Formats: sequence, structure tokens, C-alpha cells
Amino acid sequence: MSLTAKDKAVVKAFWGKIGGKADAIGQEALARMFIAYPQTKTYFAHWPDLSPGSESVKKHGKTVIGAITAAVEKMDDLIGGLSSLSDLHAFKLRVDPGNFKILSHNILVALAVNFPGDFTPEVHVSVDKFLAALSAALADKYR
Amino acid sequence: MVEWTEFERATIQDIFSKMDYESVGHNALTRCLVVYPWTQRYFGKFGNLYNAAAIAGNPLVAAHGAVVLHGLDKAVKNMDNIKATYAELSVLHSEKLHVDPDNFRLLADCLTIVVAGRLGNGFTADVQAAFQKFLAVVISALTKQYH
Repeated sequence: MSLTAKDKAVVKAFWGKIGGKADAIGQEALARMFIAYPQTKTYFAHWPDLSPGSESVKKHGKTVIGAITAAVEKMDDLIGGLSSLSDLHAFKLRVDPGNFKILSHNILVALAVNFPGDFTPEVHVSVDKFLAALSAALADKYR
Repeated sequence: MVEWTEFERATIQDIFSKMDYESVGHNALTRCLVVYPWTQRYFGKFGNLYNAAAIAGNPLVAAHGAVVLHGLDKAVKNMDNIKATYAELSVLHSEKLHVDPDNFRLLADCLTIVVAGRLGNGFTADVQAAFQKFLAVVISALTKQYH
């Protein structure tokens, strides 16, 4: 399910609308994931505090959404563009790739909550495809 | 048997008591057909599903969205016995409609997104967890009679 020119345009336009709210979206998506999918917390046992308002969740949400925002500019070659992040996830973090789908879902929920008017079905499908392609690129080096 | 906390019961009753079934059903099914276009395979008789606008404007989609949401009502009213409540519907989806159960999750995800959009910040992480747990139980019951 490759990204069409239309998908890329839709994602770029929508991400432009998100603007400064990106960090909050990242934080919210992570917080939602930890509560709705508690098994995902197993990767963060080393954090002192996994609650929604914690510094760890805030900081990490910013890190993750920052990488996704950067990937918006790399849609023509996500596998190449995410190569070092894929190395990190494959060899160091070893996050089961099933979790990428879970986080993607929570990002979509955060977008729906914060941009109810803009997150139309057409935007939803393109963003979903983008996150899926990004997840595949992130899993590229796993085996 | 599924254990529900007081919070989960109250959350589900609250969400559905305030819901516009027709509108939410229409939007959820529309979103599902647009975001996961392969789900259109079950709606060959619905006429024009050519693009997002056509799907959104299609009265058969709107009507069927409402049917599905009203079907969910059975679970809302029988939270302690969802499995038995959906036995017949499960047979229907398997034997007559031949729906791949993976599709239940796709529609459930779209319903979650629509409800999230409607409730905004009221759709907290805890509310999301309760809502998704409810839908997961419904999906499990609907899948039960497949063989």
C-alpha cells in the first residue's frame, strides 16, 4: 500500500496544520497508549514515572513526534531516511514491531481528539498509510 | 466471564446514552469504507462507493451505519452476557454474510476515532481504554461462532 502523490500532499498539508501542537500530540499519544495498552509499558520499566503528565512521557512524546515530523519530509524514501532509527530499534531497543501499529493507532486518536474538523476520512486514510509505511521502514533492519 | 469495573460500566452507559446513533453510525461506516477500501467488498449492492464524497453521501451507507450502531446497543444493555447476546449475530456474520472477522476490528477502530472526535478532551485515556475494551469484547463475541 504505497504512498501516492496525493497521500504525500495530504500528509504534508495536514502536518503543516498541526504545527506547534505536535509535541502535545506526541505526549498525548504515548499517554493514551500506556493506559489503553498497558503491555507497552514493559519497554519503559526503567522510567521512574509513566503517568500521563510526567516529564518522561512529555520528553519521549516530543522525541517520537519529532522523528515522525522529520519523516514527513522523507516520504520519497522512508527506508533510506529512517535507516539509523531502524538500526536503533532493531539492534538496541528491540521493540516488537507489533507495537508500532499500536502507537500509530493512538497517534490517530490524539489527532481526532485535537483536530476533529480537519481529521476527515480522506486525511485519516493518508495519515494511516504514512504511519504504516513509516512503521515498515522502522522495522526494515529487524531480520 | 468479563469483569467490568464501575468506571467501565458507567463510561459505556454514558457514551451510548448521549450518542446520536444515526450520525455516529453513518460516520463510522463511511470512515471504514474510505480508510480500509477493501471492506467495500461486502457492500457490492450499495451502488456508488467510488470516492469518499460518494460514500459519505450514499444513503445506503448511512442506513447501514445506523443498523450496526443499534446492533451495538444489545451489548450496551447486556454487558454481563455479551457472548450469549451475540450468538445469533455471530452465526449470521459467519454463515450468511461471510465477513472476515478482521474487519470487525477495522470498523471498531473507525468507531473509536469518530467517538474521539465527538467527545474531544472528554475522551480521556481511561475512557478510551474502557471503550476499546468494550469493543474488543463485542468483537470476541461476534467471532465466537465462526468455525
